[in-house]
Amino acid sequence: MMDKPWNNKAWFFILPVLALVLFSSVLPVMTVVNYSLQDSMGVNNFFWNGDAWFRDLLDPSTEIGARFADALLRTFAFSFAALAVEIPLGIAVALCLPRRGWAVGISLVVTALPMLIPWNVVGTMWQIFARQDIGLFGAALTGIGLPYNVTQDSVSAWVTIVVIDVWHWTPLVILLSYAGLRAIPDAYYQAARIDGASRWAVFVNIELPKLRKVLVIAVLLRFMQTFMIYTEPVVVTGGGPGSATTFLSIDLVKIAIGQVDVGSAAAMSLVYYIIILTACWIFFTIMTQLERRGDS
Amino acid sequence: MRSTIAPRISLIIYLLALMLPVYWLINLSLRTNADIMSGMALWPHHPTLEKYRAIFADPTWVHAFGVSLSYVAINTVISVSVALPAAYAFNRYRFVGDKHLFFWLFTNLMAPSAVFALPFFNLFYAVGLFDTVWAVALAHCLFNVPLAVWILEGFVGGVPREIDETAAIDGYSFPRFFLRLFLPLIANGIGVTAFFCFMFSWVEQLLATTLTSSNALPFAAVMTRSYSASGMDWSLLAAAGVLTMVPGAVVIWFVRNHIAKGFALGRV
Repeated sequence: MMDKPWNNKAWFFILPVLALVLFSSVLPVMTVVNYSLQDSMGVNNFFWNGDAWFRDLLDPSTEIGARFADALLRTFAFSFAALAVEIPLGIAVALCLPRRGWAVGISLVVTALPMLIPWNVVGTMWQIFARQDIGLFGAALTGIGLPYNVTQDSVSAWVTIVVIDVWHWTPLVILLSYAGLRAIPDAYYQAARIDGASRWAVFVNIELPKLRKVLVIAVLLRFMQTFMIYTEPVVVTGGGPGSATTFLSIDLVKIAIGQVDVGSAAAMSLVYYIIILTACWIFFTIMTQLERRGDS
Repeated sequence: MRSTIAPRISLIIYLLALMLPVYWLINLSLRTNADIMSGMALWPHHPTLEKYRAIFADPTWVHAFGVSLSYVAINTVISVSVALPAAYAFNRYRFVGDKHLFFWLFTNLMAPSAVFALPFFNLFYAVGLFDTVWAVALAHCLFNVPLAVWILEGFVGGVPREIDETAAIDGYSFPRFFLRLFLPLIANGIGVTAFFCFMFSWVEQLLATTLTSSNALPFAAVMTRSYSASGMDWSLLAAAGVLTMVPGAVVIWFVRNHIAKGFALGRV
Protein backbone atom coordinates (compact mmCIF):
# COMPACT_ATOMS: atom_id res chain seq x y z
CA MET A 1 0.00 0.00 0.00
CA MET A 2 2.76 2.42 -0.86
CA ASP A 3 0.74 4.20 -3.55
CA LYS A 4 -1.62 5.99 -1.16
CA PRO A 5 -1.74 9.69 -2.06
CA TRP A 6 -0.16 12.11 0.40
CA ASN A 7 -2.81 14.51 1.60
CA ASN A 8 -2.60 16.45 4.84
CA LYS A 9 -6.20 17.61 4.48
CA ALA A 10 -7.08 14.09 5.66
CA TRP A 11 -6.45 15.50 9.13
CA PHE A 12 -9.86 17.17 8.95
CA PHE A 13 -11.44 13.73 8.76
CA ILE A 14 -9.60 12.73 11.90
CA LEU A 15 -10.52 15.84 13.89
CA PRO A 16 -13.80 14.59 15.43
CA VAL A 17 -12.13 11.41 16.62
CA LEU A 18 -9.19 13.39 17.91
CA ALA A 19 -11.38 15.84 19.84
CA LEU A 20 -13.33 13.03 21.45
CA VAL A 21 -10.27 11.00 22.37
CA LEU A 22 -8.47 14.05 23.73
CA PHE A 23 -11.41 14.56 26.04
CA SER A 24 -11.90 10.94 27.05
CA SER A 25 -8.29 9.80 27.16
CA VAL A 26 -5.64 12.49 27.30
CA LEU A 27 -7.40 14.63 29.87
CA PRO A 28 -7.87 11.76 32.36
CA VAL A 29 -4.33 10.48 31.82
CA MET A 30 -2.92 13.93 32.53
CA THR A 31 -4.98 14.04 35.72
CA VAL A 32 -3.38 10.76 36.75
CA VAL A 33 0.10 12.08 35.96
CA ASN A 34 -0.69 15.13 38.05
CA TYR A 35 -1.81 13.06 41.04
CA SER A 36 1.16 10.75 40.79
CA LEU A 37 3.58 13.61 41.48
CA GLN A 38 1.75 15.07 44.43
CA ASP A 39 0.71 14.18 47.93
CA SER A 40 -2.54 15.31 49.46
CA MET A 41 -3.38 16.52 52.92
CA GLY A 42 -7.12 16.25 53.11
CA VAL A 43 -9.37 17.34 50.28
CA ASN A 44 -7.91 19.57 47.57
CA ASN A 45 -4.75 20.32 49.47
CA PHE A 46 -1.96 19.02 47.27
CA PHE A 47 1.77 19.53 47.39
CA TRP A 48 4.62 18.50 45.13
CA ASN A 49 6.00 15.08 45.89
CA GLY A 50 8.30 14.46 42.94
CA ASP A 51 9.06 10.86 42.10
CA ALA A 52 8.63 9.54 45.65
CA TRP A 53 5.52 7.47 44.86
CA PHE A 54 7.32 5.82 41.98
CA ARG A 55 10.43 5.05 44.04
CA ASP A 56 8.28 3.39 46.73
CA LEU A 57 6.29 1.49 44.17
CA LEU A 58 9.24 0.02 42.32
CA ASP A 59 11.13 -0.91 45.48
CA PRO A 60 9.85 -4.31 46.67
CA SER A 61 11.19 -3.73 50.20
CA THR A 62 8.52 -1.09 50.92
CA GLU A 63 5.00 -2.15 51.81
CA ILE A 64 3.37 -0.74 48.70
CA GLY A 65 6.22 -1.99 46.53
CA ALA A 66 5.85 -5.55 47.79
CA ARG A 67 2.11 -5.37 47.30
CA PHE A 68 2.55 -4.09 43.77
CA ALA A 69 5.13 -6.74 42.87
CA ASP A 70 2.85 -9.49 44.19
CA ALA A 71 -0.18 -8.21 42.30
CA LEU A 72 1.86 -7.85 39.13
CA LEU A 73 3.14 -11.41 39.40
CA ARG A 74 -0.36 -12.74 40.06
CA THR A 75 -1.73 -10.87 37.07
CA PHE A 76 0.95 -12.24 34.75
CA ALA A 77 0.36 -15.76 36.08
CA PHE A 78 -3.36 -15.38 35.49
CA SER A 79 -2.89 -14.05 31.92
CA PHE A 80 -0.58 -16.93 31.17
CA ALA A 81 -2.91 -19.58 32.59
CA ALA A 82 -5.94 -18.20 30.76
CA LEU A 83 -4.13 -17.90 27.41
CA ALA A 84 -2.65 -21.39 27.71
CA VAL A 85 -6.16 -22.84 27.84
CA GLU A 86 -8.08 -20.43 25.63
CA ILE A 87 -5.89 -20.36 22.53
CA PRO A 88 -5.65 -24.15 21.92
CA LEU A 89 -9.28 -24.69 22.95
CA GLY A 90 -10.43 -21.85 20.69
CA ILE A 91 -8.60 -23.24 17.67
CA ALA A 92 -9.92 -26.74 18.36
CA VAL A 93 -13.53 -25.62 18.59
CA ALA A 94 -13.17 -23.40 15.51
CA LEU A 95 -12.03 -26.48 13.57
CA CYS A 96 -15.20 -28.29 14.67
CA LEU A 97 -17.61 -25.53 13.64
CA PRO A 98 -19.59 -26.31 10.49
CA ARG A 99 -18.69 -24.26 7.42
CA ARG A 100 -22.06 -24.17 5.75
CA GLY A 101 -25.64 -25.12 6.34
CA TRP A 102 -28.29 -24.19 8.87
CA ALA A 103 -26.09 -25.06 11.85
CA VAL A 104 -23.64 -22.21 11.18
CA GLY A 105 -25.85 -19.35 12.37
CA ILE A 106 -27.09 -21.06 15.50
CA SER A 107 -23.61 -22.30 16.50
CA LEU A 108 -22.14 -18.81 16.10
CA VAL A 109 -24.92 -17.18 18.10
CA VAL A 110 -24.58 -19.67 20.95
CA THR A 111 -20.79 -19.37 20.90
CA ALA A 112 -20.83 -15.60 21.05
CA LEU A 113 -23.50 -15.27 23.74
CA PRO A 114 -21.17 -15.26 26.80
CA MET A 115 -19.38 -12.20 25.41
CA LEU A 116 -22.61 -10.19 25.44
CA ILE A 117 -23.39 -10.62 29.11
CA PRO A 118 -22.47 -7.65 31.34
CA TRP A 119 -19.33 -8.51 33.26
CA ASN A 120 -20.78 -8.29 36.72
CA VAL A 121 -23.66 -10.52 35.62
CA VAL A 122 -21.05 -13.04 34.48
CA GLY A 123 -19.63 -12.74 37.98
CA THR A 124 -23.01 -13.20 39.64
CA MET A 125 -23.86 -16.12 37.39
CA TRP A 126 -20.69 -17.93 38.37
CA GLN A 127 -20.97 -16.90 41.98
CA ILE A 128 -24.25 -18.81 42.02
CA PHE A 129 -22.98 -21.62 39.79
CA ALA A 130 -19.91 -22.24 41.99
CA ARG A 131 -21.75 -22.38 45.32
CA GLN A 132 -21.89 -25.76 46.97
CA ASP A 133 -25.46 -25.38 48.20
CA ILE A 134 -27.30 -24.00 45.17
CA GLY A 135 -24.77 -24.11 42.33
CA LEU A 136 -24.40 -27.01 39.95
CA PHE A 137 -20.64 -26.57 39.45
CA GLY A 138 -19.80 -26.31 43.15
CA ALA A 139 -22.18 -29.08 44.11
CA ALA A 140 -20.84 -31.40 41.42
CA LEU A 141 -17.21 -30.85 42.44
CA THR A 142 -18.02 -31.33 46.10
CA GLY A 143 -20.12 -34.35 45.17
CA ILE A 144 -17.17 -36.15 43.59
CA GLY A 145 -15.15 -35.47 46.73
CA LEU A 146 -12.96 -32.52 45.76
CA PRO A 147 -12.17 -29.99 48.49
CA TYR A 148 -13.81 -27.16 46.60
CA ASN A 149 -14.64 -23.84 48.25
CA VAL A 150 -14.29 -20.54 46.42
CA THR A 151 -14.33 -18.28 49.45
CA GLN A 152 -12.04 -20.33 51.70
CA ASP A 153 -9.56 -22.09 49.51
CA SER A 154 -7.19 -20.17 47.25
CA VAL A 155 -6.68 -23.02 44.78
CA SER A 156 -10.44 -23.26 44.26
CA ALA A 157 -10.66 -19.51 43.84
CA TRP A 158 -7.92 -19.50 41.22
CA VAL A 159 -9.37 -22.43 39.31
CA THR A 160 -12.78 -20.79 39.33
CA ILE A 161 -11.49 -17.44 38.02
CA VAL A 162 -9.57 -19.17 35.22
CA VAL A 163 -12.60 -21.33 34.35
CA ILE A 164 -14.79 -18.22 34.26
CA ASP A 165 -12.38 -16.45 31.95
CA VAL A 166 -12.14 -19.50 29.69
CA TRP A 167 -15.92 -19.76 29.61
CA HIS A 168 -16.31 -16.05 28.96
CA TRP A 169 -13.60 -15.37 26.38
CA THR A 170 -12.72 -18.56 24.50
CA PRO A 171 -15.60 -17.57 22.16
CA LEU A 172 -13.50 -14.59 20.99
CA VAL A 173 -10.64 -16.90 20.03
CA ILE A 174 -13.10 -19.26 18.35
CA LEU A 175 -14.71 -16.53 16.25
CA LEU A 176 -11.35 -15.10 15.22
CA SER A 177 -9.96 -18.52 14.28
CA TYR A 178 -13.17 -19.44 12.50
CA ALA A 179 -12.95 -16.26 10.41
CA GLY A 180 -9.34 -17.10 9.59
CA LEU A 181 -10.26 -20.67 8.61
CA ARG A 182 -13.07 -19.53 6.34
CA ALA A 183 -10.60 -17.37 4.42
CA ILE A 184 -8.68 -20.49 3.29
CA PRO A 185 -9.69 -21.36 -0.31
CA ASP A 186 -11.17 -24.84 -0.86
CA ALA A 187 -8.48 -25.52 -3.47
CA TYR A 188 -5.92 -25.87 -0.68
CA TYR A 189 -7.91 -28.68 0.92
CA GLN A 190 -8.47 -30.40 -2.42
CA ALA A 191 -4.74 -30.32 -3.14
CA ALA A 192 -4.08 -31.82 0.29
CA ARG A 193 -6.64 -34.56 -0.34
CA ILE A 194 -5.00 -35.47 -3.65
CA ASP A 195 -1.65 -35.68 -1.88
CA GLY A 196 -3.25 -37.94 0.70
CA ALA A 197 -2.28 -35.65 3.59
CA SER A 198 -3.37 -36.64 7.09
CA ARG A 199 -5.70 -34.43 9.14
CA TRP A 200 -2.76 -33.38 11.31
CA ALA A 201 -0.62 -32.54 8.26
CA VAL A 202 -3.43 -30.36 6.87
CA PHE A 203 -3.64 -28.55 10.19
CA VAL A 204 0.09 -27.95 10.55
CA ASN A 205 0.87 -27.10 6.93
CA ILE A 206 -2.26 -25.31 5.71
CA GLU A 207 -4.46 -24.13 8.54
CA LEU A 208 -1.96 -23.04 11.16
CA PRO A 209 0.12 -20.79 8.84
CA LYS A 210 -3.07 -19.14 7.56
CA LEU A 211 -4.25 -18.60 11.11
CA ARG A 212 -1.06 -16.87 12.19
CA LYS A 213 -2.38 -13.36 11.68
CA VAL A 214 -5.68 -13.82 13.49
CA LEU A 215 -3.90 -15.68 16.27
CA VAL A 216 -1.58 -12.74 16.88
CA ILE A 217 -4.68 -10.57 17.26
CA ALA A 218 -6.32 -13.15 19.51
CA VAL A 219 -3.27 -13.37 21.77
CA LEU A 220 -2.99 -9.58 21.91
CA LEU A 221 -6.64 -9.01 22.81
CA ARG A 222 -6.76 -11.83 25.29
CA PHE A 223 -3.50 -10.79 26.95
CA MET A 224 -4.75 -7.22 27.37
CA GLN A 225 -8.15 -8.24 28.64
CA THR A 226 -6.84 -10.79 31.11
CA PHE A 227 -4.23 -8.32 32.26
CA MET A 228 -7.00 -5.81 33.02
CA ILE A 229 -9.43 -8.27 34.60
CA TYR A 230 -11.50 -6.64 37.30
CA THR A 231 -15.22 -7.22 37.50
CA GLU A 232 -15.48 -11.01 37.56
CA PRO A 233 -13.02 -11.70 40.42
CA VAL A 234 -14.43 -8.78 42.40
CA VAL A 235 -17.91 -10.26 42.24
CA VAL A 236 -16.95 -13.91 42.70
CA THR A 237 -14.05 -13.84 45.18
CA GLY A 238 -13.70 -10.17 46.11
CA GLY A 239 -9.96 -10.60 45.54
CA GLY A 240 -9.71 -13.29 48.21
CA PRO A 241 -9.30 -15.52 50.01
CA GLY A 242 -6.72 -13.24 51.57
CA SER A 243 -5.25 -11.59 48.51
CA ALA A 244 -5.00 -14.75 46.42
CA THR A 245 -6.97 -13.34 43.51
CA THR A 246 -6.22 -9.63 43.99
CA PHE A 247 -5.08 -8.72 40.49
CA LEU A 248 -3.59 -5.35 39.55
CA SER A 249 -6.85 -3.64 38.62
CA ILE A 250 -8.48 -4.75 41.84
CA ASP A 251 -5.59 -3.55 43.97
CA LEU A 252 -5.61 -0.26 42.10
CA VAL A 253 -9.27 0.40 42.77
CA LYS A 254 -8.84 -0.71 46.40
CA ILE A 255 -6.02 1.78 46.94
CA ALA A 256 -7.55 4.65 44.98
CA ILE A 257 -11.15 4.46 46.14
CA GLY A 258 -11.02 2.27 49.23
CA GLN A 259 -8.04 3.93 50.91
CA VAL A 260 -8.26 7.29 49.07
CA ASP A 261 -4.53 7.03 48.59
CA VAL A 262 -4.66 8.92 45.31
CA GLY A 263 -0.95 9.56 44.89
CA SER A 264 0.30 5.99 45.04
CA ALA A 265 -2.73 4.72 43.15
CA ALA A 266 -1.91 7.17 40.36
CA ALA A 267 1.73 6.12 40.27
CA MET A 268 0.59 2.52 40.16
CA SER A 269 -1.84 3.35 37.34
CA LEU A 270 0.93 4.86 35.28
CA VAL A 271 3.34 1.96 35.72
CA TYR A 272 0.48 -0.41 34.90
CA TYR A 273 -0.45 1.63 31.85
CA ILE A 274 3.16 1.72 30.66
CA ILE A 275 3.38 -2.08 30.85
CA ILE A 276 0.23 -2.30 28.76
CA LEU A 277 1.51 0.23 26.23
CA THR A 278 4.79 -1.66 25.87
CA ALA A 279 3.01 -4.96 25.27
CA CYS A 280 0.70 -3.17 22.87
CA TRP A 281 3.62 -1.71 20.93
CA ILE A 282 5.35 -5.08 20.63
CA PHE A 283 2.20 -6.75 19.30
CA PHE A 284 1.43 -3.84 16.99
CA THR A 285 4.90 -4.07 15.47
CA ILE A 286 4.58 -7.81 14.93
CA MET A 287 1.17 -7.33 13.39
CA THR A 288 2.12 -4.61 10.93
CA GLN A 289 5.13 -6.71 9.96
CA LEU A 290 2.86 -9.68 9.26
CA GLU A 291 0.51 -7.48 7.26
CA ARG A 292 3.33 -6.10 5.17
CA ARG A 293 4.51 -9.62 4.43
CA GLY A 294 0.94 -10.55 3.49
CA ASP A 295 0.76 -7.64 1.01
CA SER A 296 3.89 -8.50 -0.89
CA MET B 1 -13.46 -34.16 5.31
CA ARG B 2 -13.21 -37.83 6.10
CA SER B 3 -15.30 -37.99 9.20
CA THR B 4 -17.57 -35.32 10.56
CA ILE B 5 -18.94 -37.28 13.49
CA ALA B 6 -16.17 -36.60 16.01
CA PRO B 7 -16.03 -32.82 15.41
CA ARG B 8 -19.83 -32.62 15.59
CA ILE B 9 -19.92 -34.39 18.93
CA SER B 10 -17.08 -32.29 20.35
CA LEU B 11 -18.82 -29.13 19.21
CA ILE B 12 -22.10 -30.15 20.78
CA ILE B 13 -20.36 -30.99 24.06
CA TYR B 14 -18.59 -27.62 24.04
CA LEU B 15 -21.77 -25.68 23.29
CA LEU B 16 -23.68 -27.55 26.00
CA ALA B 17 -20.93 -26.82 28.52
CA LEU B 18 -21.05 -23.18 27.46
CA MET B 19 -24.78 -22.99 28.05
CA LEU B 20 -24.76 -24.80 31.38
CA PRO B 21 -24.19 -21.74 33.61
CA VAL B 22 -26.78 -19.83 31.58
CA TYR B 23 -29.24 -22.66 31.95
CA TRP B 24 -28.60 -22.78 35.69
CA LEU B 25 -29.37 -19.07 35.97
CA ILE B 26 -32.64 -19.52 34.07
CA ASN B 27 -33.47 -22.53 36.22
CA LEU B 28 -33.00 -20.54 39.45
CA SER B 29 -34.89 -17.55 38.08
CA LEU B 30 -37.99 -19.71 37.64
CA ARG B 31 -37.98 -20.97 41.22
CA THR B 32 -38.81 -19.28 44.49
CA ASN B 33 -36.12 -18.72 47.11
CA ALA B 34 -37.66 -21.27 49.45
CA ASP B 35 -37.61 -23.78 46.62
CA ILE B 36 -33.96 -22.98 45.77
CA MET B 37 -32.82 -23.34 49.36
CA SER B 38 -34.71 -26.58 49.91
CA GLY B 39 -32.35 -28.53 47.67
CA MET B 40 -30.88 -29.08 44.25
CA ALA B 41 -33.18 -29.57 41.30
CA LEU B 42 -31.91 -29.96 37.77
CA TRP B 43 -35.02 -28.30 36.41
CA PRO B 44 -37.74 -26.17 38.01
CA HIS B 45 -40.48 -28.47 39.30
CA HIS B 46 -42.88 -25.62 39.96
CA PRO B 47 -41.81 -22.91 37.49
CA THR B 48 -43.04 -19.43 38.32
CA LEU B 49 -42.58 -16.06 36.61
CA GLU B 50 -43.10 -14.25 39.90
CA LYS B 51 -39.64 -12.62 39.96
CA TYR B 52 -39.86 -11.41 36.38
CA ARG B 53 -43.22 -9.87 37.19
CA ALA B 54 -41.69 -8.22 40.26
CA ILE B 55 -38.92 -6.69 38.14
CA PHE B 56 -41.27 -5.35 35.49
CA ALA B 57 -43.53 -3.90 38.17
CA ASP B 58 -40.71 -2.00 39.87
CA PRO B 59 -39.99 1.42 38.30
CA THR B 60 -36.35 1.35 39.52
CA TRP B 61 -35.58 -1.73 37.44
CA VAL B 62 -37.51 -0.55 34.39
CA HIS B 63 -35.86 2.87 34.53
CA ALA B 64 -32.41 1.30 34.89
CA PHE B 65 -33.02 -0.90 31.88
CA GLY B 66 -33.90 2.20 29.85
CA VAL B 67 -30.76 3.94 31.14
CA SER B 68 -28.53 1.08 30.06
CA LEU B 69 -30.06 0.92 26.62
CA SER B 70 -29.86 4.69 26.12
CA TYR B 71 -26.19 5.15 26.98
CA VAL B 72 -25.31 2.16 24.83
CA ALA B 73 -27.32 3.63 21.92
CA ILE B 74 -25.82 7.13 22.32
CA ASN B 75 -22.34 5.69 22.52
CA THR B 76 -22.82 3.50 19.43
CA VAL B 77 -24.14 6.41 17.35
CA ILE B 78 -21.31 8.76 18.41
CA SER B 79 -18.59 6.15 17.97
CA VAL B 80 -19.67 5.02 14.52
CA SER B 81 -20.32 8.50 13.14
CA VAL B 82 -17.00 10.04 14.20
CA ALA B 83 -15.11 6.90 13.21
CA LEU B 84 -16.42 6.78 9.63
CA PRO B 85 -14.50 9.76 8.19
CA ALA B 86 -11.42 8.85 10.23
CA ALA B 87 -11.43 5.27 8.95
CA TYR B 88 -11.74 6.60 5.41
CA ALA B 89 -8.81 8.99 5.91
CA PHE B 90 -6.58 6.32 7.47
CA ASN B 91 -7.26 3.91 4.65
CA ARG B 92 -7.12 6.26 1.67
CA TYR B 93 -4.46 8.85 2.45
CA ARG B 94 -1.06 9.30 3.96
CA PHE B 95 -0.53 12.35 6.10
CA VAL B 96 1.76 13.77 8.75
CA GLY B 97 1.75 11.47 11.76
CA ASP B 98 -0.74 8.94 10.40
CA LYS B 99 1.02 5.84 11.68
CA HIS B 100 1.69 7.30 15.13
CA LEU B 101 -1.90 8.46 15.40
CA PHE B 102 -3.24 5.05 14.44
CA PHE B 103 -1.05 3.39 17.04
CA TRP B 104 -2.07 5.89 19.67
CA LEU B 105 -5.76 5.26 18.96
CA PHE B 106 -5.05 1.57 19.16
CA THR B 107 -3.49 1.93 22.63
CA ASN B 108 -6.71 3.51 23.89
CA LEU B 109 -8.49 0.34 22.95
CA MET B 110 -6.34 -1.31 25.58
CA ALA B 111 -6.80 1.36 28.24
CA PRO B 112 -7.60 -0.30 31.56
CA SER B 113 -10.86 1.02 32.99
CA ALA B 114 -9.45 0.83 36.50
CA VAL B 115 -6.86 3.49 35.62
CA PHE B 116 -9.54 5.80 34.25
CA ALA B 117 -12.26 5.39 36.86
CA LEU B 118 -11.09 8.07 39.28
CA PRO B 119 -10.02 10.75 36.74
CA PHE B 120 -13.27 10.24 34.84
CA PHE B 121 -15.21 10.69 38.03
CA ASN B 122 -13.46 14.02 38.65
CA LEU B 123 -13.78 15.11 35.02
CA PHE B 124 -17.48 14.44 34.64
CA TYR B 125 -18.19 15.83 38.07
CA ALA B 126 -16.42 19.04 37.08
CA VAL B 127 -18.36 19.47 33.83
CA GLY B 128 -21.68 18.62 35.47
CA LEU B 129 -22.36 15.41 33.58
CA PHE B 130 -21.94 13.09 36.56
CA ASP B 131 -24.88 10.70 37.00
CA THR B 132 -26.24 11.23 33.48
CA VAL B 133 -26.34 8.79 30.59
CA TRP B 134 -24.03 11.16 28.71
CA ALA B 135 -21.20 10.63 31.18
CA VAL B 136 -21.25 6.88 30.58
CA ALA B 137 -21.77 7.25 26.82
CA LEU B 138 -18.77 9.61 26.54
CA ALA B 139 -16.60 7.54 28.87
CA HIS B 140 -17.19 4.44 26.78
CA CYS B 141 -15.96 6.39 23.74
CA LEU B 142 -12.51 5.89 25.27
CA PHE B 143 -12.37 2.37 23.86
CA ASN B 144 -15.27 2.28 21.41
CA VAL B 145 -14.11 5.10 19.13
CA PRO B 146 -10.69 3.50 18.50
CA LEU B 147 -12.41 0.14 18.09
CA ALA B 148 -14.82 1.56 15.51
CA VAL B 149 -11.97 3.23 13.59
CA TRP B 150 -10.05 -0.02 13.62
CA ILE B 151 -12.91 -2.20 12.35
CA LEU B 152 -14.19 0.31 9.79
CA GLU B 153 -10.71 0.85 8.38
CA GLY B 154 -10.70 -2.82 7.40
CA PHE B 155 -14.06 -2.50 5.66
CA VAL B 156 -13.09 0.73 3.86
CA GLY B 157 -10.04 -1.14 2.56
CA GLY B 158 -12.38 -3.73 1.03
CA VAL B 159 -13.85 -1.11 -1.35
CA PRO B 160 -11.66 -0.62 -4.45
CA ARG B 161 -10.23 2.87 -4.79
CA GLU B 162 -11.38 3.02 -8.43
CA ILE B 163 -14.89 3.67 -7.12
CA ASP B 164 -13.76 6.91 -5.45
CA GLU B 165 -12.00 7.99 -8.63
CA THR B 166 -14.92 7.15 -10.93
CA ALA B 167 -17.30 9.08 -8.68
CA ALA B 168 -15.01 12.12 -8.77
CA ILE B 169 -14.89 11.96 -12.58
CA ASP B 170 -18.67 11.65 -12.72
CA GLY B 171 -18.88 14.95 -10.89
CA TYR B 172 -19.93 13.81 -7.43
CA SER B 173 -18.94 16.25 -4.70
CA PHE B 174 -17.11 14.54 -1.85
CA PRO B 175 -19.90 14.70 0.75
CA ARG B 176 -22.42 13.41 -1.77
CA PHE B 177 -20.10 10.62 -2.84
CA PHE B 178 -19.40 9.67 0.76
CA LEU B 179 -23.01 9.65 1.92
CA ARG B 180 -24.80 8.37 -1.17
CA LEU B 181 -22.32 5.97 -2.74
CA PHE B 182 -19.70 5.01 -0.22
CA LEU B 183 -21.72 4.40 2.95
CA PRO B 184 -24.13 1.92 1.29
CA LEU B 185 -21.09 -0.01 0.07
CA ILE B 186 -19.84 -0.56 3.59
CA ALA B 187 -23.28 -1.01 5.18
CA ASN B 188 -22.35 -4.47 6.46
CA GLY B 189 -19.21 -3.03 8.00
CA ILE B 190 -21.22 -0.34 9.74
CA GLY B 191 -23.56 -3.00 11.08
CA VAL B 192 -20.73 -5.10 12.41
CA THR B 193 -19.04 -2.06 13.96
CA ALA B 194 -22.26 -0.98 15.62
CA PHE B 195 -22.60 -4.49 16.98
CA PHE B 196 -19.15 -4.41 18.57
CA CYS B 197 -19.70 -0.93 20.02
CA PHE B 198 -22.99 -2.13 21.45
CA MET B 199 -21.33 -5.18 22.89
CA PHE B 200 -18.44 -3.45 24.63
CA SER B 201 -20.61 -0.65 25.98
CA TRP B 202 -23.28 -3.06 27.21
CA VAL B 203 -20.88 -5.32 29.09
CA GLU B 204 -18.61 -2.66 30.64
CA GLN B 205 -19.59 -2.04 34.25
CA LEU B 206 -16.69 -0.51 36.15
CA LEU B 207 -16.94 2.92 34.49
CA ALA B 208 -20.71 2.73 34.18
CA THR B 209 -21.13 2.28 37.92
CA THR B 210 -18.39 4.73 38.91
CA LEU B 211 -19.94 7.56 36.87
CA THR B 212 -23.51 7.18 38.10
CA SER B 213 -25.17 7.24 41.48
CA SER B 214 -28.95 7.22 41.32
CA ASN B 215 -30.58 8.87 38.27
CA ALA B 216 -28.54 7.05 35.67
CA LEU B 217 -27.74 3.82 37.42
CA PRO B 218 -27.37 1.00 34.87
CA PHE B 219 -29.44 -2.16 35.14
CA ALA B 220 -26.58 -4.41 36.13
CA ALA B 221 -25.62 -1.99 38.90
CA VAL B 222 -29.12 -2.01 40.35
CA MET B 223 -28.65 -5.75 40.46
CA THR B 224 -25.45 -5.54 42.50
CA ARG B 225 -27.04 -3.05 44.83
CA SER B 226 -30.18 -5.08 45.33
CA TYR B 227 -28.27 -8.00 46.66
CA SER B 228 -26.47 -6.08 49.26
CA ALA B 229 -29.72 -4.47 50.37
CA SER B 230 -32.08 -7.41 50.62
CA GLY B 231 -29.77 -10.14 51.82
CA MET B 232 -29.58 -12.82 49.18
CA ASP B 233 -32.60 -12.91 46.93
CA TRP B 234 -31.04 -15.47 44.60
CA SER B 235 -34.11 -15.94 42.54
CA LEU B 236 -34.53 -12.20 41.85
CA LEU B 237 -30.84 -11.89 41.06
CA ALA B 238 -31.07 -14.76 38.60
CA ALA B 239 -34.13 -13.29 36.90
CA ALA B 240 -32.40 -9.91 36.50
CA GLY B 241 -29.32 -11.66 35.16
CA VAL B 242 -31.39 -13.49 32.57
CA LEU B 243 -32.94 -10.20 31.46
CA THR B 244 -29.50 -8.63 30.87
CA MET B 245 -28.80 -11.35 28.30
CA VAL B 246 -31.85 -10.58 26.19
CA PRO B 247 -30.64 -7.44 24.32
CA GLY B 248 -27.32 -9.09 23.51
CA ALA B 249 -29.01 -12.23 22.21
CA VAL B 250 -31.38 -10.16 20.05
CA VAL B 251 -28.60 -8.02 18.57
CA ILE B 252 -26.33 -10.95 17.83
CA TRP B 253 -29.12 -12.79 16.05
CA PHE B 254 -29.31 -9.93 13.53
CA VAL B 255 -25.60 -9.91 12.71
CA ARG B 256 -25.07 -13.68 12.85
CA ASN B 257 -24.34 -13.95 9.13
CA HIS B 258 -21.88 -11.10 9.12
CA ILE B 259 -20.10 -11.71 12.35
CA ALA B 260 -17.49 -14.14 11.04
CA LYS B 261 -16.86 -11.91 8.03
CA GLY B 262 -16.66 -8.91 10.34
CA PHE B 263 -14.03 -10.64 12.40
CA ALA B 264 -11.99 -11.53 9.30
CA LEU B 265 -12.22 -8.21 7.51
CA GLY B 266 -12.42 -5.90 10.44
CA ARG B 267 -9.74 -7.72 12.42
CA VAL B 268 -11.40 -7.27 15.76
